[in-house]
Amino acid sequence: MHNQKKPKKQRTLLRIFKTVFQFYPVALPAVLICIVFSAVVSSMPSIFMQNIIAEVEKTWQTGDWASASGTILFYVGLLVVFYVLALISAFTFTRMMAVITQGTLKKLRVKMFNGMQNLPIRFFDTNNHGDIMSYYTNDIDTLRQMISQSFPQLLISVVTILTIFGIMLYYSVWLMLVVVIGIILMTLITKRIGGNSARYFIKQQQSLGKVEGFVEEIMNGQKVVKVFCHEEETEADFDKVNDILFENSRHANRYANMLAPILNNVGNVLYVFVALAGGLLLLSGAPNLSFSGLAFSISIAVPFLNMTKQFAGSITQVSQQINAVVMGLAGAERIFSLCDQQPEDDNGYVTLVNAKEQDGKLVECKERTHLWAWKHPHSADGSVSYTKLMGRVELFDVDFGYTPEKTVLHNITIYAEPGQKVAFVGATGAGKTTITNLINRFYDIADGKIRYDGININKIKKADLRRSMGIVLQDTNLFTGTVMDNIRYGRLDATDEECIDAAKLAGAHDFIVRLPNGYDTPLSGNGSNLSQGQCQLLAIARAAVADPPVMILDEATSSIDTRTEAIVQRGMDALMKGRTVFVIAHRLSTVKNADVIMVLENGRIIERGNHEKLLAEKGKYYQLYTGAFELE
Amino acid sequence: MYKELMKSIREYKRDSILSPIFVSLEVLMECIIPFITANLVNQIKVGCEFKVIAIYGVVLIVMAGLSLLFGALAGSAAATASTGFARNLRKDLFYKIQTYSFENIDKFSTPSLVTRMTTDITNVQNAYMMIIRVAVRCPLMLVFSFAMAFIMGGRMATIFLIVVPILGIGLFLVIRKVMPLFKKVFHKYDVLNNSIQENVKGMRVVKSFVREDYEKKKFEVAAADVCNDFTRAEKILAINNPLMQFCLYVVMVFVLSFGSYTIITSRGLDLDVGQFSSLLTYSFQILSSLMMVSMVFVMITMASESTHRIVEILREKSSLASPENALTEVKDGSIDFDHVSFKYSKKAKRMALSNIDLHIRSGETIGIIGGTGSSKSSLIQLIPRLYDATEGVVKVGGVDVRKYDIEALRNQVAVVLQKNVLFSGTIKENLRWGNKEATDEELIEACQLAQADEFISKFPQGYNTYIEQGGSNVSGGQKQRLCIARALLKKPKILILDDSTSAVDTKTDALIRKAFRSYIPETTKIIIAQRISSVEDADRIIVMENGFINAIGTHEQLLKENKIYQEVYTSQNKAGDQDA
Repeated sequence: MHNQKKPKKQRTLLRIFKTVFQFYPVALPAVLICIVFSAVVSSMPSIFMQNIIAEVEKTWQTGDWASASGTILFYVGLLVVFYVLALISAFTFTRMMAVITQGTLKKLRVKMFNGMQNLPIRFFDTNNHGDIMSYYTNDIDTLRQMISQSFPQLLISVVTILTIFGIMLYYSVWLMLVVVIGIILMTLITKRIGGNSARYFIKQQQSLGKVEGFVEEIMNGQKVVKVFCHEEETEADFDKVNDILFENSRHANRYANMLAPILNNVGNVLYVFVALAGGLLLLSGAPNLSFSGLAFSISIAVPFLNMTKQFAGSITQVSQQINAVVMGLAGAERIFSLCDQQPEDDNGYVTLVNAKEQDGKLVECKERTHLWAWKHPHSADGSVSYTKLMGRVELFDVDFGYTPEKTVLHNITIYAEPGQKVAFVGATGAGKTTITNLINRFYDIADGKIRYDGININKIKKADLRRSMGIVLQDTNLFTGTVMDNIRYGRLDATDEECIDAAKLAGAHDFIVRLPNGYDTPLSGNGSNLSQGQCQLLAIARAAVADPPVMILDEATSSIDTRTEAIVQRGMDALMKGRTVFVIAHRLSTVKNADVIMVLENGRIIERGNHEKLLAEKGKYYQLYTGAFELE
Repeated sequence: MYKELMKSIREYKRDSILSPIFVSLEVLMECIIPFITANLVNQIKVGCEFKVIAIYGVVLIVMAGLSLLFGALAGSAAATASTGFARNLRKDLFYKIQTYSFENIDKFSTPSLVTRMTTDITNVQNAYMMIIRVAVRCPLMLVFSFAMAFIMGGRMATIFLIVVPILGIGLFLVIRKVMPLFKKVFHKYDVLNNSIQENVKGMRVVKSFVREDYEKKKFEVAAADVCNDFTRAEKILAINNPLMQFCLYVVMVFVLSFGSYTIITSRGLDLDVGQFSSLLTYSFQILSSLMMVSMVFVMITMASESTHRIVEILREKSSLASPENALTEVKDGSIDFDHVSFKYSKKAKRMALSNIDLHIRSGETIGIIGGTGSSKSSLIQLIPRLYDATEGVVKVGGVDVRKYDIEALRNQVAVVLQKNVLFSGTIKENLRWGNKEATDEELIEACQLAQADEFISKFPQGYNTYIEQGGSNVSGGQKQRLCIARALLKKPKILILDDSTSAVDTKTDALIRKAFRSYIPETTKIIIAQRISSVEDADRIIVMENGFINAIGTHEQLLKENKIYQEVYTSQNKAGDQDA
């Protein structure tokens, strides 16, 4: 288990670098060079310091400033040059890093979002929406911290440590060994405490997710809580999840807070040991071992002590980034998992085009003619044929299940002739909505065949298939924007007049003009300032402006009162003249005038026919219909 | 504003105070250590005995040990204090929201409440931890280091008097420039996330209108906007680090050159090599403290937006409260509306209900019918006092609803809301919302009345079936029946169904009403419905139109006299079908 995890983390890390590199193939190497340069340059001054102190050492007893000043000022001058270089590179890389971090986040967001648009509906049906949101909020946030702060900091620390390591070797191997022992100790401490901290930080994120989920559920049902005076019980439940979050985040922060002082002071102790060792070396006069061949002296001891401090400081800096890195990796893993989701596959090649009739033949054209044709290229001979879009939909012996184990539709066969109104009736769960999900290929059938104007729908490009169908769902989804924007969503190039006409057709015009700003009234929070019925009217207007050849109405009028529905129905009927309509409704009054009514039970069609025929059969439909009058 | 937040510290006051105390002690140690090391360096330099070095070493190790201890204790206390504070704050917020009335709830959207309880509180928690750790540490560090620098370096330390103000002013300018930018960008960030949420929720619409590319373009623009603003702000913030390094370098160069000069010319009297190196340590401490102070400022300012949003919740006063000496007994199920008018907010221009005068006897069954937006729901929500009437009086059991204890009133007036929800948990747990103490037999009985028992028994786990969040694993009709059963368990004197059987088929709907009639005849029943069939057997039917009562009467009367009712009726039973 543990072994499997490690390479996964490394892979994620590598992939983050790869991703950033792909986004910034020039800037990333440039910034890395800047960081390394800056780190090297800022650890160099210890060399000049050593030289200056050596000079001071030599001359302080004589008090001869004149003879020393030349060397000292030379080194100070060099120091200034290095400092200026360090400043320039630090300034450059921090600014570039800001650009790279924000740019990467933005590109990642866009990448996730674009990828998400192409995911099948199944993804949205099976994933919690709050969970999907947290890819864009929590996970991106953890990455921000990691890219903008942890990476540069880690790189700087590593380079600093290596540079100082080199300089130390240059001066004295013996003292270096003392430092190495200290480093091993510090690493062990970091691993232990930092590891604990990171573990709890991950737990904290999980319990935060739980709290978020709980709060969301309760807030959504807050009115129900009030109606049942259930406040106290809810509060007790909340306390439970809240306390777990508290415990985890307390532990996480405790370990994190303690790590720095511990490492700092281990650094202090290390400092003492280096001083002791240095003192021993000085006093005993033992031969120094170093790459420079310099004899050990106070001018080496003093900068060495400073370097020890810097060294320990760098390790502390690294340790402070552990949590950010661990959480960043977890976030990145999730982000990549979203990016890796299999997009909706589409092998369709038949497209939908505007057409007009010329000399009795269908010809493709650019302008909107209210006449459409399926453009069917034949790979065999490279020819193209056109089929007029009629709206004939046929299902042959279709089986389907959301999961392979459970078939929810059995042997569904439907013939919907152009211009017909086909209705589905049955209890919730009988499979009515599922059938419409198959017609527009939100889901793909397991067995059987669906033909659209004689073409197998698998051959039709999904976008074109869906463009040919308008769907109005029970749960209307409106978007932030004005009423007009929302109607225009159906057809982006519709004029204001066309939108208003559609609203009139849908029976929405009357209430829209009574809104504070009419068609320019802004909507937010999924139309929370409108009633459910009003939302549905807008959704119908939106579908009407799209003017599609086939319309699917899934409980589209369930929240509209029957009087208004009758008005809408008249408009819809006018709109749908010559087009095929699929209607799902609980209210039998909504479906009564359909050409064919399919009665569904447990995924099977048990009765079919028009209203009169079904009544005459005295079957299930008859029971449903007369159920309402039974009490008279 | 901060005062209200502080109230939530409560039992974590001790840790909140201990933390800065330990921090101070730690800082004290950290400042003395370089002082001693300076002496040690000097001792080494003059070639002291090893024993002296060893003594210094022991002293230093003890001090490091103390520093570690204080540091760890401070860290631990700060963690407990800040996470405890956050926990109390979350609790206070949640409890506060539980006291909200419907009017208060309408004001805040669910996502905004969730953000406040998670992200905003985390921001405050981090800022608080910063304050009790760093806000004490930095000034102390500054003072100590300054003092030590002057003790050690004498005149040399005057360089700090020049450099520190430069850094201070620089940091101040950066913060002042960057803060408004951050505020702006956080707002845009919210908007961006909101649009993602809409997209996810509306994915079926997006896909069926083939608007994927449109959505992508829209998102790209919004994301680029956020990115640009963020980059601008962070670019400015990027000046901080180099600025601090610049100051550090100035000090270093000064100390090295002028220090060498002083040592040599004074022959080590004014300054020696040991002091020289600790001066450098102090300069680092002083400048990094300033840097930290500026970071704390940034964090506090960023958190202030969050604080503001949290306090908004805490300050919101519940618009409804039980009166003193409230009545706890509801005599019977009679309802009176005496010239009642109502609007949802004081600012609203239009009355949702106008001059309603209505009297319902205990045990009566009332149907309400009316178009979308005719204020049917508004009318019934006044009965359990979910809202207060703007004008006029609503009475239950002959007494003004405002005189009752709210819980007592609502226990007797059960409402099945139109937008109803089940919670994650078993069916039993959900049902017991109606009555905690209900026995299994009572649960089954209520479900039988609501025609839910049949489908529940068909589930493999029966009444222990787990309901997913939002009741997503039961159908709409089943959900409605469970909600009705839940309300029935209250054994209320008044039962209100707000379009609660719309997803239930007509036959089951009829069975539910039949059960009501036979088993709870003395309960007053108010049924809002779209279907005529759901109300036609009621004692009286109210026809609502635009916030007014258009007509009251029996099915037969209304069918004869009321135009709206006739239209509704024909829309559901087209001529020629009645013979069916």
